[in-house]
Amino acid sequence: MQTVKIVVTGPFSAGKTEFIQSVSEIDVVSTERKITSEAERIKATTTVAMDFGRITVGEDLVLYLFGTPGQRRFDFMWEILSEGMLGFIVLIDSTRPETFREGRSILETFKAYAPTPYVVAANKQDLPDAWELDDMRIALRLQDHVKLLPCVATDKEAVKKVLLELLYSVLAEMDANETG
Amino acid sequence: MALKGNLRDFTITQLLNLINLARKSGTLFIEGPSEKAQVSFQQGKLAYAHVAGEDDSLATILYRANKITAAQHRTIKARAGKMSDKELGLLLINANYITQQDILASLQAYFVSVVQRLFTWVEGFFRFENGAAPPDGKITIRMSLENLIIEGSRQMREWEHLQSEIPSLDMALKFTDRPGTNLRNVNLSVEEWRVVSYINPKNTIRRIARTTQMNDLEIRRIVYGLLQAGLVELVRPQGTAPKLKPSLPGKTREEQKSLVNRLIGRIRSL
Repeated sequence: MQTVKIVVTGPFSAGKTEFIQSVSEIDVVSTERKITSEAERIKATTTVAMDFGRITVGEDLVLYLFGTPGQRRFDFMWEILSEGMLGFIVLIDSTRPETFREGRSILETFKAYAPTPYVVAANKQDLPDAWELDDMRIALRLQDHVKLLPCVATDKEAVKKVLLELLYSVLAEMDANETG
Repeated sequence: MALKGNLRDFTITQLLNLINLARKSGTLFIEGPSEKAQVSFQQGKLAYAHVAGEDDSLATILYRANKITAAQHRTIKARAGKMSDKELGLLLINANYITQQDILASLQAYFVSVVQRLFTWVEGFFRFENGAAPPDGKITIRMSLENLIIEGSRQMREWEHLQSEIPSLDMALKFTDRPGTNLRNVNLSVEEWRVVSYINPKNTIRRIARTTQMNDLEIRRIVYGLLQAGLVELVRPQGTAPKLKPSLPGKTREEQKSLVNRLIGRIRSL
């Protein structure tokens, strides 16, 4: 059995667990705990170790989706989860600009771990106070070549599109390495 | 109970606050990641500070503060090299080279600069030795710690902010490919130009800091400014192996591409 891993990361409450739940064929194995910090009490629970989803491609191939814990105090888990990843997705809540800096920092940290392709997904684009992608690109300091994709983590089609764009980037990088 | 521990758990600002409130007399010894320092206090006030390996002789401090000329500095070093700072200070005052006020102001500026550098040390061990005095012959001052503590708190906040913006100094910098950006039209300070001159995907930020003799806080400040202005971007240093390697089953490139295409097909069909 061959396995492939994609990591879904991003700041606290960006929607990583929902993102994985939308496409996983199994109930996401989630290690959530009740929020204890007042400052982070914008949702009831948070992931403390990882989320784990699965997509079976065939009898010989399985894609695993790993969601990282969003709170910085669990960042010791990030490098462990990144081991052997095919690529990663940075999920950002488009309605919470106060998390953009954290998102940038997480992106830089993961870029430092491994030279794998990545895409940035702007979650909650269906909400009225979501930032526009062009503005988010500037705020997140993303270069033009970095894919910044609109996303609604609870919408399966939107999540599929983000995953596909990451895989297209993986293919493009393989081609570039061949010609380079 | 000895006052000792790790700066990760108890910051320099917290230590100064404790020494200030408890009006402690003694010396704080700190071992940072690459340097050692000692800071002495008298009844909760700053008396003396020194970073190991640095020339903290009175003559050098006065020269750096532009109180004596380079020629005078050389002469003093040559003729009075074995004299203690106290003896040299008295000699210079009696010879009307300098006033007592100039000496104390120069020493205070130097000691404050040492303590400010310590604010950037977030890793390392400390121990406070009650009653331990500064080295013999050194001139001490009496400076209240409150302002230093406030300044330290500010720097700690800035440090935390910069650290979250630039998590690793092992990344390199590269100029962005934005059309129409010309560095000549940007107003940069001398320090920023020094950093800019070393920007190259081969040079890590840490290496640039070492070459330009900047500490972690100083280099992060400058890199943060350049990033904010969109002039540079963070990249993995060329020629270095990443910590983690991507993993894809399949021996040949064709097998791996076929595998990715199967993943694409499966996700499309979900």
